[in-house]
Amino acid sequence: MIEVEGLVFRYPNGFEALRGVDLRIGDGEFVAIMGENGAGKTTLVKHFNGLLKPTLGRVLIDGVDTRDASVAELARSVGLVFQNPDRQLFSETVREEVAFALRNFGFSEEIVSKRVERILGMLDLSEYADTSPFLLSGGERKRVALASVLVWDPKHVILDEPTIGQDHLQKERLRDFIMQINDQGKTVVIVTHDVEFVAEAKPRVVLMSKGEIVGDGRAEEVLSDRDLVDRASLIRPQISELADSLSDKGLPRGLIDAYSARSAILRLLRERHVPELP
Amino acid sequence: MPQIKAEGFSFTYSGSKSPSVRDLDLAIERGEFVLLTGPSGCGKTTFCRCLNGLIPNFYPGHLEGRFEVCGMDIARAKTYELAKLVGHVFQNPENQLFSLSVEREVAFGPENLGLPREEIRERVEWAMELVGISDLRDRAPYELSGGQQQKVAIASVLAMRPEVLVLDEPTSFLDPKSAKSILETIAKLNEELGMTVILVEHRLDLASRLADRVLIMNEGRLVLDGEPRRIFGKAAHLLGVGLPKVTLLFQMLREDGLDVGIPITVEEASAILRGLLD
Repeated sequence: MIEVEGLVFRYPNGFEALRGVDLRIGDGEFVAIMGENGAGKTTLVKHFNGLLKPTLGRVLIDGVDTRDASVAELARSVGLVFQNPDRQLFSETVREEVAFALRNFGFSEEIVSKRVERILGMLDLSEYADTSPFLLSGGERKRVALASVLVWDPKHVILDEPTIGQDHLQKERLRDFIMQINDQGKTVVIVTHDVEFVAEAKPRVVLMSKGEIVGDGRAEEVLSDRDLVDRASLIRPQISELADSLSDKGLPRGLIDAYSARSAILRLLRERHVPELP
Repeated sequence: MPQIKAEGFSFTYSGSKSPSVRDLDLAIERGEFVLLTGPSGCGKTTFCRCLNGLIPNFYPGHLEGRFEVCGMDIARAKTYELAKLVGHVFQNPENQLFSLSVEREVAFGPENLGLPREEIRERVEWAMELVGISDLRDRAPYELSGGQQQKVAIASVLAMRPEVLVLDEPTSFLDPKSAKSILETIAKLNEELGMTVILVEHRLDLASRLADRVLIMNEGRLVLDGEPRRIFGKAAHLLGVGLPKVTLLFQMLREDGLDVGIPITVEEASAILRGLLD
């Protein structure tokens, strides 16, 4: 369980990045934190593994106040994958990179190698095991960073902008992967701008703007709320805009992805015996 | 005469077994707005590196055929000559920013061109104004959010007044509203200044309505080339291209037997459906 109570965070230069955040994320939840550039999303999740400590208020991870634990201790249960993979990659090969944390945690070489090969396979990285991470594309480096955290099997996984630099197919795989680890009981928190990705994955959406939480609810509710979405500098999913423009024709509001829209449209057309439909 | 011209062009990076771009035949005229997309590893970035001479000057390898930019053969042109003509904005702005203030950053390019002081001042103001960062002039780029940093990177390239603007996934770090405003800025540069734009994007929902022409690459080859509407009516989704969601929706409806055209914007999609439901 991740509990955030009255969290205020001020950077040394005086900028108040978080201005009183209350948030509770239960074990096994799948949550997307969304909002404009500079809304405080990354600052918030850096509190989850103790990289930042509250100026005011507190953050509890499974009941432990992050001020009473080291980052190393918190990291065992909270895995944070940074937005920019180059901030966390440093090894000579992908395999070494992914094995690093496990070795640090003192696992035997046998377990290290087994786990590393498994996670590389899951993230479609096996062919690059002996390659330097710096020779890979941005999207691939991003997956290496993800692998190097997931490999130690943290209970809560935090992904900062996981879809950046990923093409359409990789995003689909990433979504399946996130769903899979979430089904296995892991808490997954993603920080993202990617409205269409969220519209298809449909997590709980926490919307932030200017250091505060301004919306919290099901993706279908939050992402189809024009005013809320606008306030957080997002743009509604295309399908939501489409559904809105045709609500007078009976298309339900709250549609946010193409697959549900397809069924809703076919149903409407059949009801009206539209001749174009065979 | 085309501004960018490739004839039977292939490029193989040193140490790589197969070409990253192969058998490329292509002509781009001055003032075109070209959207380049395709799955990761399809050769998009390699193509962009040819445009400013990073290939073969910085990335050595084996070249076949011809590749000309503004009448210069990239096999012989110097990077600094091409740098004046071709501005390059990278995916991750952190990789190209280094100054201690935004203003200094934007001034760096024109200073290096040896321009008179007044002209530098004028260009810096113009570029900052265009992308909307004049109020950030005294801030350090490293303090800014990802989206703001990308705007600085774009301004610093614009200040060089290039003839060709190459942007390699420039919006991936931006929230949707900033992304939209950046893309509209790019469209404006294209329209008003006649600047040729080569935009690499995975997210096509915002970009496809702005471009005159879409190029889709796959496994190093140019596989589709044409007007966006025509290209997206084809099987572009099979190539792992992230189609606009309304386009995807109508492709799915077509599979259901409803063949009513393939829209690329919400407005078009809405009008088609309204016509059927009225």
